[in-house]
Amino acid sequence: MSLPKPVMRGLLGKRLRLHLPIAFALSLVTAIAFKYGVTEPRKQAYADFYKQYDAVKEFNSMKEAGVFESVQPSGE
Amino acid sequence: MLHLIAARMGSLMARRAAVALTTSSARMASHGREVSETVDMSRPMYWDRLDTPLPDKAYKDELTAADKSLKQKEKGPWSQLTNEEKIALYRLMFNQTYPEMKQPRSEWKTIVGGIFIFMGFTGLVVWWQSLYVYPPRPRTFDDEWQAKQLQRILDMRMNPIEGFSSKWDYEKGQWK
Repeated sequence: MSLPKPVMRGLLGKRLRLHLPIAFALSLVTAIAFKYGVTEPRKQAYADFYKQYDAVKEFNSMKEAGVFESVQPSGE
Repeated sequence: MLHLIAARMGSLMARRAAVALTTSSARMASHGREVSETVDMSRPMYWDRLDTPLPDKAYKDELTAADKSLKQKEKGPWSQLTNEEKIALYRLMFNQTYPEMKQPRSEWKTIVGGIFIFMGFTGLVVWWQSLYVYPPRPRTFDDEWQAKQLQRILDMRMNPIEGFSSKWDYEKGQWK
């Protein structure tokens, strides 16, 4: 009936020593993954869109479609 | 069949009513003497709970002479207690062991049944509402209206970079 005395102290410290570096590493990985998976492609998409963007042409197409209140389509 | 459901409902209601009507010592005084057993909740109570291994008090308060002598013997070295005495001491302190507490019961069937009954009733209520309460269907739900809405969204070039209009090919007049 004599079991060894269980560990009574330092339990939180032991857990943190393992889990804090893991937490930091995982957060860093998540941030890097988000940067290169989401924000960089998004910036590229915006750059590509505006490289070939003709604002006047777009405006005229929208005007002809009749979505504006200040300008009417050329027919009316 | 229905009387079974009614019996279950009856027991549910009875349990709820019993909880609501448990008298505390204060209420007992105002009601006059009633036959039902009262529990004085202002004093430490005993309960069998999986998450409370040591309740506020022991199970048995009134110890017989044999129990009292056993308690005296407990004050000495425990190696001198026989196994039956140890079990008897345990049963003085506690009502059920953990395995006894963890024994599966059929209560969940009642609960799930009650849940389904009320969900079914709610379904009937909702169906009646759809017949007698709901206003006429908004015109924005019509297919024609929604097609015109979609066309307007594309005309306005909403979210043309990564969103909605980016999926429409404006030269060819079709989805990409």
